[in-house]
Parts: sequence; C-alpha cells; structure tokens
Amino acid sequence: MASTTETSLQNRARHGLQLDTALAEQVLVRFIADAISKFGFTRAVVATSGGIDSALTCALAARALGPTNVLALMLPYRTGNPASRGDAETLVQALGVESHVIDVSQAVDGYLEELDDDTTPVRRGNVMARTRMIATYDQSEAFDALVAGTSNKTELLLGYGTLHGDMASAVNPIGDLYKTQVRQLAVALDLPSAILDKPPSADLWEGQSDEDELGFTYGVADEVLYLLVDEWHTPDEIVAGGYDADLVTEIRRRVQQTQFKRRPPVIAKLSDRTIDRDFRYPRDWGR
Amino acid sequence: MRDLRVALAQIRPRLGDVAHNLAIHLDYADRAVKAGCDVVVFPEQSLTGYFLSDLVAEVAVPRDDDSLQPILDASRDIDIVFGFIERTADHRFVPAAACASGGRLLHVHQKVYLVTYGLFDEARDLAAGRHVRAFDSAHGRQAMLICEDLWHPTSAALAAADGADVIFGLSSSPGRGVGGGASELGSAETWHALNRLYAQMLVCYMVHVNRVGFEDGVNFWGGSEVVAPDGTCLARAPNFEEALVVADLPDSRLRRQRTRLPLRRDENLELVSREFARIAGERRDGIDN
Repeated sequence: MASTTETSLQNRARHGLQLDTALAEQVLVRFIADAISKFGFTRAVVATSGGIDSALTCALAARALGPTNVLALMLPYRTGNPASRGDAETLVQALGVESHVIDVSQAVDGYLEELDDDTTPVRRGNVMARTRMIATYDQSEAFDALVAGTSNKTELLLGYGTLHGDMASAVNPIGDLYKTQVRQLAVALDLPSAILDKPPSADLWEGQSDEDELGFTYGVADEVLYLLVDEWHTPDEIVAGGYDADLVTEIRRRVQQTQFKRRPPVIAKLSDRTIDRDFRYPRDWGR
Repeated sequence: MRDLRVALAQIRPRLGDVAHNLAIHLDYADRAVKAGCDVVVFPEQSLTGYFLSDLVAEVAVPRDDDSLQPILDASRDIDIVFGFIERTADHRFVPAAACASGGRLLHVHQKVYLVTYGLFDEARDLAAGRHVRAFDSAHGRQAMLICEDLWHPTSAALAAADGADVIFGLSSSPGRGVGGGASELGSAETWHALNRLYAQMLVCYMVHVNRVGFEDGVNFWGGSEVVAPDGTCLARAPNFEEALVVADLPDSRLRRQRTRLPLRRDENLELVSREFARIAGERRDGIDN
C-alpha cells in the first residue's frame, strides 16, 4: 500500500470534519423533538453560559420545540465574565426563548465557606458546575421540562467537563459534534457574532481559556481525535501524518484516562443479570 | 410477472410495543388497499422495533402465533410483507420477513447475515437463517431479504438466480455520516447505490423499505424506494418522515430490459457454484489465499 503523505492525512481530517450543516440540523432538530416528546414532555431547559455550545443547544431546541418551550437558564457566579451574561442575553433576544437568571454565588460560597481546607481552582470550578446542575434540574421540574445537554464530542472525549455538573443532562443533541463542527453549525444557524467570535472558556475563573488550560487548540485536537476515533488510525500513523508526537500521546492518554466519565458507575457483579452488563434494555423501551 | 402495484410503508414502529405496531400495519394495509395496491411492504422488524437487546425474548413469536392473525386476515385483501422476530420450535430467535397472502403465510425468510459490528449487536440476541429462496405469489416470483443480507451481494444474486423478478428489501437502517462534504447521509448514499446496482445488474425490480424515527438517539432515515431493472428510481419516500408511497411495476419494463440486457440468461450458475464450492472447500481445509 502506498504510504499516506502528511498533506493527505491532515487534509482528510479537515475534510472529514466538514459538516453538512443542513443535514445535521435536520437530524438534531428531529432528535430533540423525539427525545423530549417520547417521555411525555414538550419543553427543554438549557443552562446557557453565553458560550457557543449552550447557544447551539438552545437554538436547536428552539427550532425543535418552539422558542416558548425552551428555557435558557443563566446561572452567573460573582467572578464570572460580565460579557458572558451579555452574550447569553443577546442569544435569548435573537431566539425568542424564555429566560431566567439565578445568581449561584451565594449557594457556591455558602458551601465553600463551610470548608476548613484550602480549595483549588479545579475544586471551586467543580462546585460551581455542580451547583449549576442543581439549579438546572430544579428549574426543569418547575418548567416541566427535560434538561438538554451542552457537552460536545471533543469535551466528552477529552473528559474536559465536570461529571454530574455540566456533563449532566437528559438529552444531548451536540455530543456527537466536535468543537469545530459545533462552530460550523452555529455559523450556519446564524447565531450572534459575539458568541461565534470569542475564545472558548469554561469561565470558572477569571481569564480562563479552554485552549490555554488544555495546552492545545480545539482545531488540532479535533483533527487528531477524528483520525483516532472516526478513522481508526493508530497514534503512530497520525504522528507519521505530520502531527506532534507529544500532542498525539497526550490526547490519546486523556481519552483513555477519562473513559470512566463517559460510562455509568461501575456495578460489582454478583447475580446472573446485572444492570447494563447482562440486563440490557433500550432506554426507549416501549416508546 | 404480472403488473404489480406496490405500497412502501415507511413507518415508525414503537420499540417493543407490538400491539401498537400491529395497529399501524393494519392502518397502512388498509390505505394501500384503497390505493389499489397488490402488495404493501413494511421495514425490518416492523412489528417489534429494532434495537431490542433483551426485549427480543419478550416480542418473539412462532410464525403460527395467534397474534399474527389480524395480519393474515388483512392479507385477504392485499399481500403484506412485514418484519418480526420468529421464535423457533427449539427456542432460537430469528429476525424474519414474512409474506402474508390470502389469509395465510405464503413465505418466511429468516435473515441470513446478522450484523454484529459498530453500533450493531445482533448475534448476541439472535440466530441467523440458513436459506435464501425465491417464492411464487399470485403476482409472480419474488424474494425477501433483510437489511444486512443485502450488504452481501451474493444474497441478492441468489435471490435473482432463484428467479425473483422483484426483490423486497426490508431495512432498519440507521442514518450516519454527515461529514466529509456529503450532501446526503453516508448510509443513504450506500443504500441508493446498492439498490440501483442490484436492479440493473440482476435485471429485476428492487423494492427497498426503510423505517423512520429514533431509538436511543439513533435515527432511521427512511428514503424507501423502488428501482426499475433499467436503474431508474420509480418512487422514493422522503427522508425521516413517515410515508405511504405507491409505485407501479409493469412487466413490460422488465421484459424490455431483459431483452436489451440478457444478463440473467447468460448467468453461468454451473461455473459459479463449482467455483464457490471449490473456494469453500479450500477455506474449510485451511488453505490460505
């Protein structure tokens, strides 16, 4: 077999990541309508940060369910970037969805003040994410809705999210879209330019940047992940294709290291039929 | 064959809810009768839904089960091709396609190629059939094949060699592949190519019926179609939407194409069977090549 050249592998990754946005929109809008209605609901709640992922989920949900059936929940913390809140409000205006603002500062700080030890930024960030989860699920009950998730495929594969925090949802329309594909679809849906143009940030502390924290850009991470996951390439082939060896090793390590975050809690097997092991029923059982 | 008017029943079954799905079958069959159709064709596992896992044991029935009687009754007015899970006398569960006609089951095809890779896990729950046979209906010689059967071109070739003028393909095909600059789903593109290839090269009508709806986040894309022996798509259902689509399959079109392109006449079954027997023998005896 002819060897794959550097250009062709990178080009193939970039080409493969090019989304048919009209088709993806069609499938995802139908998915949301189906997944929400199957369980007897008509509404969705989206924790809306002002970032591109939650903006896309919100926009898709608005198309699937109608804007008045979507609650964009804004959950600011006192150290958050004020621009995020402004971007979220711009989105709400543009989509015409319902919105509600709940400041989580007191809830987060109330818990943190109870602690004797010094916390770390990661721990504080996790507390914020999980406090937002509590608010989101509480509001889903009040709004008679299911929680629509905002974790994309890149974050999920890298484990770059808080388990039971921002990773928690009932239905996730964007979990099979890489970050660069989220952007393509957000552009196609004509989301506000302020949301499209700013650098990705979890906004858990001041000046936080996803790409600084990860140590690589989403653009290159998506190409490596696409080649590893979707195209079944080996890490060696990807390095031979022109990607940095340390980067490929690190991405591969992160995917393996965080596998537990993508699975339900492990159950110690005792009986003949253990849940999710040999007691396997579809989620859509009877629906 | 006799001129055939076929209805493609592109339905959205409810997963594991046979009573609900049975009602859908009777409704579509009734509508097909009113449209003057000779046969109505449903997708794979149309009575049960597709990703069943442990539900298989609950929805599987013997082919003579009383629960199928309403379909047999309705088949006095129209032939009904549908999909279910057959529980055999020795308690295997086999995905099956049945043709009900004149109040009885005319023929049952058991899926010969289970699909156990990627998102599919059929061989965990199901057993495979062992035969590909064409059968005679009042309208001519036909064959039924189920989804993965048709990803093995030999299955379609066997059905054609056994004389089928019309091949009914029953599918539950998940939609996937929205990248790489495609203008339609990767799975849809492949199926349209397969249907056209079989119709043209086996010189027969291909009637492919796929379902719609979602199961556990997986979409089924629909796009059911009829392809004529000359490769023309005679009718195609929309993607993603439930639909009943009617198409006429005239014998004259088959006659003219067989005259133009006598591929079936020239098919060398003796050569093919001799070479396949040789290859199978060498495989069995462990000769690598």
